[in-house]
Amino acid sequence: MAKRIDINDLDAFYGKFLAVSGVNLTIQPRSVTAFIGPSGCGKSTVLRTLNRLHEVIPGAHVAGSVSLDGDDIYAKDVDPVDVRRTIGMVFQRPNPFPTMSIYDNVVAGLKLQAGRMKRTDLDRVVEKSLRGTNLWEEVKNRLNKAGAGLSGGQQQRLCIARAIAVEPQVLLMDEPCSSLDPISTLAIEDLVQELRERFTIVIVTHNMQQAARVSDRTAFFNLAGVGKPGQLVEVDDTQTIFSNPKDQRTEDYISGRFG
Amino acid sequence: MSIAIQTGLHAPVARSRKIKNSAATVFVTGCFLLAMIPLVWLTWTVVSKGLHAITHASWWTGDQRGISYRDGGGGMLHAFVGTVEQVAVSTLLSVPLAIFVAIYLVEYGRGRLARATSFMVDILSGLPSIVAALFVYAVFVTTFGGQRAGILVSLALVMLMVPIVVRTTEEMLKLVPDELREAAYALGVPKWRTILRVVLPTAFTGIVTGIVLGIARIAGETAPLLILVGYSRNLNSNLLSGYQGSLPGMIYDQVTNLGNTTGLDANGHRVQLHYAADRMWGTALTLIVIVMALNLIARLLARASKLSR
Repeated sequence: MAKRIDINDLDAFYGKFLAVSGVNLTIQPRSVTAFIGPSGCGKSTVLRTLNRLHEVIPGAHVAGSVSLDGDDIYAKDVDPVDVRRTIGMVFQRPNPFPTMSIYDNVVAGLKLQAGRMKRTDLDRVVEKSLRGTNLWEEVKNRLNKAGAGLSGGQQQRLCIARAIAVEPQVLLMDEPCSSLDPISTLAIEDLVQELRERFTIVIVTHNMQQAARVSDRTAFFNLAGVGKPGQLVEVDDTQTIFSNPKDQRTEDYISGRFG
Repeated sequence: MSIAIQTGLHAPVARSRKIKNSAATVFVTGCFLLAMIPLVWLTWTVVSKGLHAITHASWWTGDQRGISYRDGGGGMLHAFVGTVEQVAVSTLLSVPLAIFVAIYLVEYGRGRLARATSFMVDILSGLPSIVAALFVYAVFVTTFGGQRAGILVSLALVMLMVPIVVRTTEEMLKLVPDELREAAYALGVPKWRTILRVVLPTAFTGIVTGIVLGIARIAGETAPLLILVGYSRNLNSNLLSGYQGSLPGMIYDQVTNLGNTTGLDANGHRVQLHYAADRMWGTALTLIVIVMALNLIARLLARASKLSR
């Protein structure tokens, strides 16, 4: 069920402003790909083009193509809503729906996408998703309580459970640990290791140790210069990027001489 | 030793800041108390003068049929029915309209049409109620030859309520973080469903508060009543025809009799009269009580909709 993503000559715009240009990248199924790079280099923007969430910002659009196992998700006859059903996303700050219980948060995707489902089926999805994010034991006795009442780390795992409940092919994570303490971060990183068995995962992170710990492949993004668009500098196996990068700029960034 | 005092925690700077702090505290508290004076004064006046009238059982069950300034008693049911009907109809018309306008402005509106809509709402919110009433009169009575009736009041009140509810709903929708919308989009939820199932429920409490504020504003309006329905001391629950009582109308009716302070009692003795004044204060208190009750209900509703943590 995990799928491959091919990004070809992708340019991302905010209105007339070219934020990222010329990205070419292949993301393998059942692997973790990390996007690293300094702030403002466009790694989150690229991530958001992968599930067509980029374009919900007024004026934002892309050029080039992104395909999922060969199907262009930017083709004219593709509904972005369908793309987002296939490609799940977890955000920087935990954002459970405040009016919904833990249970309803997990099944929000299923319930809001369209159809009615049988209660027993929903129950099964809730347990499976919460077990999948190692949250079940912590919340199984308070499923009807507000999701916003959980701790930050639990909320983020709830958001991951919500994302995987709709059985996506790909899971995008936009700095999922940046607002969490080290213990919660560890829990999420362990979870990423488990989820890579089932999903294609792309994770944006500011934390290079995290990229080194969790990812198979690492893509380094950088600004081409002051006032110039961001670009993909180098992508390679994570070990190679961190031990023996080919590009001097990657080396500078990794070793902290820059950014 | 003295150097430590000069540069340490007891330096003169700290003392002058303390004085400024006290002065500011006194000023702010004083302003608060000043603002409270009219509120407490008003509440006390209305309650102390009106309580006598509304504690009679007939107040809540009778109307003012055949009761003049020389008579005591009678009730405000006719006025209550009129006000509740007129306000209920205008609320039913205003709220959906206003919420849709607010959704358009916050979630969909871009460019010229949205700016024009926003501008129109601004103009409407500054519209004097008597002008709204004249407009309705001109359209429905002068142009289409209709009769004055309670429903016309409702229509005029719609013009006053819509901008209030649009503005408050707009503010509440803007307060819903974009992260929640994006979270729903990212789950593959269409935009309209995101608005319906995520955005509106999140803003629910604030929207309800806005609606109650709107009701409070229009329930006390008097100009549209005078122009569009007049006033009747008899109970008339038909919104579509005839004069109709209303709480502000009843207050006005009693006020016109305040000048008649003496009259003859049953035995022909000249006595001081206070019936009209009593009823006037009683009606004012009733209006306040109704609006406060609505406010309370709205709060309870909002609390009931909150999830326990």
